[in-house]
Amino acid sequence: MKQVHIEVKDLTMAYDDFIIQQQLNFSIHKGDIFIVMGGNGCGKSTLLRHLLALKKPAQGEIFYQNKNLWQISEQQRKKIMRANGVMYQSGALWSSLTLEENIALPLKEYTDLPAEEIKGLAYLKLALVGLVGFEEYYPAEISGGMKKRAGLARALALDPDILFFDEPSAGLDPESAKLLDDLILSIQDSLGTTIVVVTHDLPSLFAIGTDSIFLDPITKTMIAQGAPKKLLAECSNPVVQRFLSRGVK
Amino acid sequence: MGNTVPELKSVIRQLDKLDCVQLDLQGEQLGHWDSRFVLFLFELEKYCKTHNILLNLLDFPAATQGLLKQASAFPVRESGQKNKHELPFLAQLGQDALVFYKQTQTMLTFVGEVCFSSLRLLRGKACFRQRDLWLVMQDCGPKALPIVTLISLLVGLILAFVGAMQLKMFGAQIYVANLVGLGMAREMGAMMTAIIMAGRTGAAFASQLGSMQVNEEIDALKTLGISPVDFLVLPRMLALIFMLPLLCLYADLMGILGGLMVCVTLLDISVVEYLIQTKGALDLNDFIAGLIKSSIFGVLVALSGCLSGMQCGRSSSSVGDAATDAVVAGIVSIVVADATLTVVYQIIDF
Repeated sequence: MKQVHIEVKDLTMAYDDFIIQQQLNFSIHKGDIFIVMGGNGCGKSTLLRHLLALKKPAQGEIFYQNKNLWQISEQQRKKIMRANGVMYQSGALWSSLTLEENIALPLKEYTDLPAEEIKGLAYLKLALVGLVGFEEYYPAEISGGMKKRAGLARALALDPDILFFDEPSAGLDPESAKLLDDLILSIQDSLGTTIVVVTHDLPSLFAIGTDSIFLDPITKTMIAQGAPKKLLAECSNPVVQRFLSRGVK
Repeated sequence: MGNTVPELKSVIRQLDKLDCVQLDLQGEQLGHWDSRFVLFLFELEKYCKTHNILLNLLDFPAATQGLLKQASAFPVRESGQKNKHELPFLAQLGQDALVFYKQTQTMLTFVGEVCFSSLRLLRGKACFRQRDLWLVMQDCGPKALPIVTLISLLVGLILAFVGAMQLKMFGAQIYVANLVGLGMAREMGAMMTAIIMAGRTGAAFASQLGSMQVNEEIDALKTLGISPVDFLVLPRMLALIFMLPLLCLYADLMGILGGLMVCVTLLDISVVEYLIQTKGALDLNDFIAGLIKSSIFGVLVALSGCLSGMQCGRSSSSVGDAATDAVVAGIVSIVVADATLTVVYQIIDF
């Protein structure tokens, strides 16, 4: 049995009085590519914000390797979060910094490495995502797909234990989306990183997902859990079936 | 039923009078139709349903039937209509008070965070890039010189004009120099530069941070454990604290120059006379009084700009709102602080 990396118990997410999702219970195991899926507005990205400690749960608990995220000190929480890499939907690259500086910033902040080595590491991370030659470019000067890849390079900067992806293939053409999927798979393969992907892109979630949950905006809770392919074959819930079998004749 | 879509109300009125149980509509001769016609049928169908009238649409084009069917296909969200009903006065007052309480709380939290950040800065532990500081300083310092020159020169001119009119009656025109000198050094120099900076730099800070919020850049900093206050707010605040007094001093001189221009051209006072009179009227304390004010205004402009930016929502329209809030909050706080400081100076005889 694989070790549990993140455990979510009875999580309720809400904005003031408006409940987004409730009674979420699931575990993310080490080395898994865990997919959070569901239709628009079901709270996928909000769940991501909760997992990243950017928002406090209305109810329930989130454990990172048995440590309750909201019962430890802020310092400890920050330390746990530092071991996470995040690729945001829009890339979220810092616009006043070049790509190289974007990747170098976390390294400068959290390591004592000499400038030369940081530069080398930034080069390596950019090489991993195929962006060598763009070190001096600012985020506004590159295309949407490149921004996402640069975002991934930055997420990889501190060699994270867990990588989070918020809708990695949104706004990408099929070819670039496939490229990103392959990148995710190769990172998982070579580094053994636990990966959490929020997506509703079917080709992508079938291609990479080893485990998943399905969030339903109507019942406001998760209605299925398991590997996406297994869910398609076995899940009897009509909502999940409709979602997963779109385009399948 | 005529050549155009009949008015629904009159049809309903007729139906009410007839008290019928079935309504057959013949659409065979229907010529050109558009969404208005479908809306008519849609509303009529709704009416018939609630009054238990059987509605038969005979020989209508398939497209109209299709649109009608589609329009009623989705369930109507019961609680979907946003609560538009007006609250009673007291409830509204209570709600506003709660909003005000919440806003005050966020503002104080932000000020607290900035204080902690400043302490970290003093201990040399705050994380921000010096290059950012220089860039912001350049942006809110030298680049603001042209507009500060224009405005303060004109303010000096205006003060001199107003003073000249009155003082001429007593033959005391020379005291225009005192009025302009003191007015600029103690009050107008600091206040006018601060207001210019609130409109120019405060709004820029709010929209920069606001769009970073929209772009999730601030989230990206937080997840890396880098404090957005350290990284984004501190350099902006420091830049304004350093640059505003310098700009203020420059504005003082420009204002005095404006006064000089009026005196020399209109009041037959020589340049030397004016300058000697100004020198006699002013001492270092007057300038210091203005400089202290402008440093405080710098903090206020930076705080209101950055706070509005950090609180910005996640849409592009909220970036505009943030910029507006920053300017309004900036100017109001400048004027309130100025009034308070003037009273305090008066009390401590500064």
